[in-house]
Amino acid sequence: MPDSKVTRPGLDQPFVTGSIDTLTGPVPVVPTELTWRDRRGGYKVRWGFGRYSYTIDPGLYAVGSPSDLSPVLVTANYKLTFDTVRRTLAGRDVWILVLDTRGINVWCAAGKGTFGTDELVSRVKSAGLAQVVSHEILVVPQLGATGVAAPQVRGRTGFRVVWGPVRATDLPEFLDSNMRATPEMRAVTFPLRDRLVLIPVEAANVLKLTAAVAAGAVVTGGIGPGWYSIARALERAPIGIAGAVAAIVAGTVVTPALLPWIPCRMFAVKGAIAGLAGALLINLAFLGAGAPLSLAAAGVFAVIGSSFGAMNFTGTSTFTSLHGVEKEMRLVMPWQAIGAVLAVGLWIAGGWY
Amino acid sequence: MAGLRYLEDVITLQFDVDKCTGCQLCTQVCPHGVFVMGGNRAKVVDRGACMECGACALNCVFGAIEVQSGVGCAAAIIASYFRRGGEVSCGPGDTADAGSCGSSSGGCC
Repeated sequence: MPDSKVTRPGLDQPFVTGSIDTLTGPVPVVPTELTWRDRRGGYKVRWGFGRYSYTIDPGLYAVGSPSDLSPVLVTANYKLTFDTVRRTLAGRDVWILVLDTRGINVWCAAGKGTFGTDELVSRVKSAGLAQVVSHEILVVPQLGATGVAAPQVRGRTGFRVVWGPVRATDLPEFLDSNMRATPEMRAVTFPLRDRLVLIPVEAANVLKLTAAVAAGAVVTGGIGPGWYSIARALERAPIGIAGAVAAIVAGTVVTPALLPWIPCRMFAVKGAIAGLAGALLINLAFLGAGAPLSLAAAGVFAVIGSSFGAMNFTGTSTFTSLHGVEKEMRLVMPWQAIGAVLAVGLWIAGGWY
Repeated sequence: MAGLRYLEDVITLQFDVDKCTGCQLCTQVCPHGVFVMGGNRAKVVDRGACMECGACALNCVFGAIEVQSGVGCAAAIIASYFRRGGEVSCGPGDTADAGSCGSSSGGCC
């Protein structure tokens, strides 16, 4: 007899392939193989499309045919996260308890508290977990610890939190070794592969701003002797667009990719260095254009735009602290502001010289 | 994490070894190996790697750890300039105390 106080995730979600009967009613079963539809969805959000509505119903799911003794893994209701977890569980019988993080990944949601003690406690209760399993262990991803206080969860639900590995790919080894995590499983890293996969969304975030800057440069490029000339605007357009493109490429592609190898610890300085390389390239490319001030403006913009873009990569990175970023911003933002004023001044003056 | 270390002199982490009971939770939740067990108590071995996420302090019921936690995210800090209370955090943009991440604005999560 299904328990009316228990809320269950929808069985009609496209990735659900069946259901398993429990004392609380039918629990949706999900496969460990991703379909082309799952992959396409993941690909889209990596480019920033519909990223904040890529959610699944929170609650209890089943992988394989779990029993009352099967482990319970806790995760977030961002579908990319859920898919990453379930694809590591081939051939296993496991329960997955999905918390409502409004489609945000575990670590970010934990920082906010939506992947937190209160949500975990209420989800354990609303899923009727104590009626489904006979043990009292919840495997919570380690990065959820920013929001989940394990001792409180125990006091309020009776369930003991075992901190799982940082990465879902380590789940099989973790589960096979009596739920013991090695120091490697506990350590957050930021290898090239992880940085590269973040580049599209990073660039997409500032694409509109970059396009606006480029458009602004093209439109104002006509200002000069005789007030305005469309011919002059068109003539200077390539330089203005090059400055904007150099800034976005240096700040959101080159800097993240080369992060450990660009000198200096402050991201904004790393970005400025990459931007400087972009500025040099622009000046080489337009060497014969005979527009020194316009080139200087594009170069200055490449440096400060890249610096700003790289500074925003602090939030995407895995090792920056609040007080470190505050210090960095205090030190560099006045220079970014001066550079912005300088770039605009040089660009306008470039209409004359 | 070779080559990937951040500004270390402003970290706010404080550890009071006298209050530590050796429960090991901090050594399990820290993503950067700041704590290890030294005998039957924890000890700080890499304070400069701390990213002030607050996981250790939240999970220490004995109050041995203090850190002014928050997210090391420039976009979230900029967003906090425009918000009453000025809390620096991630999270869905449609909540009242939105961070930089979420449906109503761009962000990084």
